[in-house]
Parts: sequence; C-alpha cells; structure tokens
Amino acid sequence: MRQKIQKVWQFLFGDSARAFGTLSVILLICLAIAPAKDRFREWTRYQQKYLRLIRGRGEAATLQRRFQGGLQQIWMPELGVTDRCGTCHLGLKEASLWDVSTQPFRPHPPIPHSLTEFGCVMCHRGQGAATGVEEAHRSTLAWEQPILPARYLEAGCGQCHANTLTGTPQLNLGRQLLTRYDCVSCHVLKMPDGQRMASTTDAPPLTHIAEKTTREWTFAWLKNPQAYAVTATMPNFQLSDADARDISAFLMSSGAGSQPARASQARSSPDVAADAAAGASVYGESFCASCHATVNAAGMLVGGDVGPELTRIGSKVKPEWLGEWLHNPKTYDPGTAMPHYRFDQKQLGPLRAFIEAKTDSDFLANVHLEPATPEQIAHGKALVTERGCASCHEINGISKPANFAPELTVVGSESLMKIVFAPGVEHTLPDYLRAKIRQPHAFPSAKMPQYTFTEAQVDALVTALLAQTERARTLPAALRVAGKRESGYRPAGKAGQLMADMNCFSCHAINGRGGNMAPDLTWEGSSVQRRWLVSFMKNPNTLRPALIRRMPRFNVTDAEAETIADYVSTVYQTPDFDRDAIDPAKFSAADIELGKQLFYSKYACQSCHIVDPQNDKGYIGPTLTQVGARLNAAWIFHWLKDPQALRPGTVEPNRNLSDADARALTAFLMKQNKEVAKK
Amino acid sequence: MKHLRPQAKACAAMLILLAGCNRPAKTPAPLAAKAFGAAITEVGGGKQVGSIGAALDQPVVVQVNDAQGSPVAGALVELHTAEGAMAAPDAGLTGADGQLTSTVTLGGSAGRYQIAATTRDKSGKPVELRLDEIALGYQQQQGRVLNDQYCARCHDPESTPERVSNHDNLTAKPHAFIEGAVLNAMSDADLASIIGFGGPALNKSPEMPPYGYTLKKADVDALIAYIRAVADPPYRLKGLTYAKN
Repeated sequence: MRQKIQKVWQFLFGDSARAFGTLSVILLICLAIAPAKDRFREWTRYQQKYLRLIRGRGEAATLQRRFQGGLQQIWMPELGVTDRCGTCHLGLKEASLWDVSTQPFRPHPPIPHSLTEFGCVMCHRGQGAATGVEEAHRSTLAWEQPILPARYLEAGCGQCHANTLTGTPQLNLGRQLLTRYDCVSCHVLKMPDGQRMASTTDAPPLTHIAEKTTREWTFAWLKNPQAYAVTATMPNFQLSDADARDISAFLMSSGAGSQPARASQARSSPDVAADAAAGASVYGESFCASCHATVNAAGMLVGGDVGPELTRIGSKVKPEWLGEWLHNPKTYDPGTAMPHYRFDQKQLGPLRAFIEAKTDSDFLANVHLEPATPEQIAHGKALVTERGCASCHEINGISKPANFAPELTVVGSESLMKIVFAPGVEHTLPDYLRAKIRQPHAFPSAKMPQYTFTEAQVDALVTALLAQTERARTLPAALRVAGKRESGYRPAGKAGQLMADMNCFSCHAINGRGGNMAPDLTWEGSSVQRRWLVSFMKNPNTLRPALIRRMPRFNVTDAEAETIADYVSTVYQTPDFDRDAIDPAKFSAADIELGKQLFYSKYACQSCHIVDPQNDKGYIGPTLTQVGARLNAAWIFHWLKDPQALRPGTVEPNRNLSDADARALTAFLMKQNKEVAKK
Repeated sequence: MKHLRPQAKACAAMLILLAGCNRPAKTPAPLAAKAFGAAITEVGGGKQVGSIGAALDQPVVVQVNDAQGSPVAGALVELHTAEGAMAAPDAGLTGADGQLTSTVTLGGSAGRYQIAATTRDKSGKPVELRLDEIALGYQQQQGRVLNDQYCARCHDPESTPERVSNHDNLTAKPHAFIEGAVLNAMSDADLASIIGFGGPALNKSPEMPPYGYTLKKADVDALIAYIRAVADPPYRLKGLTYAKN
C-alpha cells in the first residue's frame, strides 16, 4: 500500500519539472471551475430551451433576432426594482407566442403598463435579483418576498391606484368591504397618500337605544347578528350568555335617555283599522325596497343594501319608536341616510302596521332575561370597553378608543418573522391574512370578532390588504393615482335645508358628493324644464320603465316643490352652453319630419327609446313620449352630440352626429310634448 | 445477526431511528368506493366564467347514476383539473343524492380549464365527464366590465332582476357573445368595425349603434378579447399553424 502511494508521489512530484507540470494542471482545473459553473447555470438551460422552442416556429427568424442571451436585468433605483426575471422569461414581450402555455416562456397578457417601465416585482413580488427558480419564486427560499399567488394579483395595482379601476374588481370589492364592514373603525388603515380610509357604514348611535328596541332583542342580536338578518354587517363577537346579558343591560341603562327636542306626540297612536294591503302599497310606492332588503316568500333576499334588512324588523323595534321614525327619522338620528318622507296620518298608520307585522316569532322565543343588577351593568360597561364597541357605535359614557386594533397601513409587507402563525396555517402572508379573517379566534389573544364572509369576499379582503405595502409608501409621488374623494358640498338656503331633509344625497350626486343609485344632478338645471321639475317633485312618474329603483314620492307641498325647482334650475347649470340657446318654436315642419326619419331609420333610436307607445318597444333609455315637455332643446342637442360629456359613463353612445342631424332630431323630440299640452 | 459487525448494527439502528423521524405521509388513505354507477352527469357549475386565480362563484356539482338513471350514493368520483386549476375536494364519495360538490379555483393564466370527473363502473371501467371553465385575464376582465355596461342589455337575452333584457324588443336579434358558431367566423377586424361603426358597417341593422366615438381602441380590443374568451364552441385562430411546445 505504502509503496503504491510512494510510486504515485514519485510520478507526480519526483523532480521539479514534474511538480511544476502537475501544479499547472491543478491550477488550470481550478481556473476552469468558474466558467464551467457559469456554463451550467439554471438560466442557461432555459435560454437553450427557448432557442429550441422558437426554432420550430413560423416567425423563428424574428424571434431569433430579438433574442438576447446572457443575464437580462431591469434596474430602476427610484422604484427599488432590480429584476432579472427576463433572463428566463424570454417570451414576455413576444405576442406571437400566444399559444405557448409552458412557463417560463409564456408571453405577458396585455396590460396598460409597459414591462420595462415598472419591471416585474412591483406587481408580482418575488425576489427580482435572484437567478434561480426556487430563490426567485418559492416561499421556502424567497422567504422575504415570495411570488404573489395569481388570485391576489390585483394587490399590485392597489399600490399606486387608490382609485376604483374597472380592471380590478377584486381589489375594489376588498376596499369596499374594509369600509362597509367597519374594519377601518378599529384598525387604522392609511392609503399611500396618507389619508385614512373611513368607514362607510353608519353604525347606529346607541345613545337612545332603549327607546328603539328591547333588551331581549339586543341580547339576541349580540349573540348572533346574522340570525336576525343574514345581511347584518355587525360581526359575531361570540359572547357567552352571561356576557351578552350584561352588555345588553349596560346598553339599555346607558341609552335610556330620550331626545330632549322631541315631545312624545300623538302620532304614535297606532291605527288599528289599518289594513296590511294599504301598508304594502305605501311601502311599494315609497320604494322602500330601493334601500331596504327583505327575504321574500321564496326565500330570496330582495332589495337594496343602503339601509338595514327589514325581514324581522317587527321583532326588533318598539311600535312607538317606529311611528316616530317613519314620521321623521332625523329626530332620532340626525345623520341618517333615510329621507324624511313627510307621510300623512293616512299613510303612516298602514305603513307602520305593515312593517310591524314583519316579525319572526322564533327569534326571541328563548330569550328570558331577569331585571339587570348594578353589578351586571358595571360588568357590561367593562365588556363594552374591552370589546371596542365604541369604535363603531356612539355610546353614552364611553369614548371612542384610539388605536384599538393593530394598524394595517403596511400589513401587505409585514415581515413573516413578526407573525405568530396559528397551527395548520401555511407560512405565507396571504395565508396568514386569510386565516386571520376567517378564524380570528384560532390566533392567540385575538380581540377580533368572527365575520361571515364568503370565500370570494375573503379573497377580495386579502387582496386589498396585500396592496398596503411599504413599497407603496416609498414610491415616487408622481406614480400615485388618488382615489375619488367625496366633496363636502352642501347646498345653501331654504332649498339646501329641504334637500338635506329629504336626503337627496343618499341617491343623487351633486358637485362630487352623494350616492350613485340615481342620476347625477350637477347640471340638472340645464337639462330639465322648471315646470316639469315642479310636477315631478310632487308626483315622480316613471322615466325608465326597465328600472326597479325609482324616485319615491316625498309628499312635498307646492311651495317646497317650487323652492327646489327654483334652486335646481338656477344653480345647477353647465357652463358649457346656454340652455335657452335653441328656441323650439323656430323648428320647421320639415325639420321635424327629417328628425323623425333619422330617429327611426338612420339611427334606429327606437331600439332603446319609446316615442310612440303603440309601436316602439325599446326600454333601455328613458321613455321619450313627453320629452319635449321635460328637457330643454339645447340640452337635447348637446346630449345627442356627445352624451358622455354631459354624463360620463352613460350607455348612450356618441354617434358623431352632424349639427344638422342633431338639430333635426332635437326638433322631432321637442315635438313630443302633446300630453302635457293637453292638460 | 451474529455475523454482522457492531458498526453495521449501529448503522442499521441509526437508519431505523432516522426513518422514525421522517414525517408521516401527508396523503390520507385513498377513498374506497362503496358503490358503482354507470354514468356521470353534470348537475351544475360547468361553463362558468371567472377571474384568473380565483375560485368560481358556483361549485361544480356532478351526479353519478346507475344504468336505470337513478342516483348512486357512495360512488367514488375523482376530479382531475387542467394544470394550474384546483378542485377542493378533488375526490370523494357521492352523497345520498348521488352528488359530489367541489369548489374549483382557476389557474393563473387566462383560458379554458378542463375538469374531468371520473368514476368507475362495476367492471372497473372509468366513466368520464368533462366540464369547461373559463378564466378571464386582465384584458378579458376589462371586456367583461364593458360588456355589462354597454352590450349585455341587448346582447344577453336573459333578464335579471337588476337588468331587464332589451333583446326581444329589437327587430334584428343580437347575437349572444357565447354564440361561437356565428361569432368565431367573424374576424377581429370585422368585430372591431361593427363595434366601432355600428351594424351598417357590415350591412347589418342600424339597431347596433357605433361605439367607436365612445370607447377607446383598447376598450374595443378588450371587448373582442372577452367575446373570444367566452365563445362556445371555443374560438381558435384559423389559417395559421403553430408548432407544438
């Protein structure tokens, strides 16, 4: 053995020449390691594979020419982007590879941004600087920044876009849920521009709750809000019977005072003879279902979601309170979105009886509470403070807590090191957020209540939260797209008071403030004739037969209707044209006839509008049988020329009409005023 | 064991110990069918349109029937999804009504995802049902939004409580966008002209108004992408041959 080793030693290093030769060979081998390692890099294999892939294709020459070998890098220091993804993802910009389905060679689907402008990791996350598959994508190796799963991809858009984008339905839904379900009342959540996201649900004030409902209902509601109404936005706090008993005791005792401004009036006397049919028709005529949902006989939830669901409302509210509320909701809650309907006694009695009859005998069947003791009330108060009820509700004797729950402004880039995972949850940020929303009680020391979100809603919420990244806050300000903020617009004077009283802004928007259920009225004064507006305010008739939500009747007096019509027609005018610029009296019979021809033949307007109720059938747009008595000629003309300029997003397309055609059509439409003229 | 050396014994002991440290296999014991059907049918959940990477709104429900057509409880159904998509659960026994319900999550790239639901009959021969689900990417999703806003009221013959269809009020009946048989035959350029310049551009009814002065080119492209994505039978580009990859 020993001899053999000696022999080899002699052979390699026997004399100085041999030793020099051997060492040189070793050195050469060492030197070769570096280029060899480079040669066998993971990405070089992908580049070779790509070249083989394009070789067989029709456009091989073009693809070959556009191919660049070696490491590819996008570097944008101001965005913090160093992406080498293009080293392997070679087909990203090759639209002609649309049929290739194997990664990493798929082309990028069309998006509004250029890939070289923003790089990859801005939207997709992942470790851009990595050149290995595992290190760039997977959460095990790229633990700091794993790739974002496709289902949350819209989170990337939300980093710059605080506005509502049509291409990001999931992100939009998530942000809507964050405000609608009051997540942002306990958690501080600031958008990248520093503005705090504000709640959109007006959780009712509990300062006078004892007037409104019973302790039994409060108890049952606290135990499970969704058992009362499936659409309830209040989460389930999973309270024990004793805790719910004590909280209800405290709320009843703290919310016992009555509004001083309100003397109890005789209008709460129930109309015994009120028949349910009359109530149902007042409910229907007043379009209560535009805002309030109920579960119908078929078990379907029907109606809007602006106000609370009314399926079991009779089991909740006290009859006297309901009478007062229907008479004028503002006396109980000045900030309510519900309009003051000005019902008279004849409407009020049946309506109240109809609503009161919506009860569920099972809901309160098993609730029996002993009178509360002072200890229970004190314990209830402690619980209300502990659970943070005052974050959403106004409660006497308890102030709104600050920083009740962890801030979520940068939750989307939370380091995994700081997170305590519940057992069974995969160690990724999206999975953590999912689990936290779905089962908050699985986590230690969680105060968060249990929500009943669907899978799609959870996905949307996680997407919205993942958009709240540190990167979003450090991006150049020029990249930020601000969200639409509601203006603080309030109309002045008597008309302003009336509009506030009837809560026009719950449905209509004016000057950047208000709801989107009904048309924007910012330029209504240019649009409609004053005379029509007065009659419409007093008795709103159907303009769009295909809509289920319509303007309710607010029972306004003649004087009130005049006041509003005066204000609207004077103030809400567009600066772009004079509404009286076209005098309909000057149209000739030939103009009108030409307009008719154009209406029915060239432009086929009858597809969507009805002028002749006998023959026309379209009902997408408003009925035009009396449009000449409703709209101003100049408005019709300018509307026809460019509808989107007057009301962005309207369905009616811009048809690029010549002035002559638009004028003839206006003449024909202004002629449609017969029925009103008869009256 | 006597003839083994002590080192070998120690090695064996170590190996056994290491094997013990190994995690138990994650996959649960395979389900065993309690009954066998003869046919598998779709109850619901096929041909849905969803977003990439998202769970479909409706679960996929399949039913196993016997030769007489009555439901079979306890039959084993396996759901195989196209790459990228997921079904949860991906296998299970049918309930008392003979049905299996599964939630399907689409993959990360736009296109069609086929789901094959298989069960075995008494002789062990697989019986298969294939369902197609459609995943919309960013552009198609944009198209869907535009479709809902501008097109669906006439082109979708179905009414919903929120949106009454205008389809039946028109003299020339618009084609629903899923009518692949008609729309696949139209080129992208034809679709772009009829959207942009209205029906008369292709000698069709003026009841289709021009949207070219209302929508941007990107919007029209998005609409075409959406129309192509939902077409049934599926849209394939003709006239070009592409190498397989």
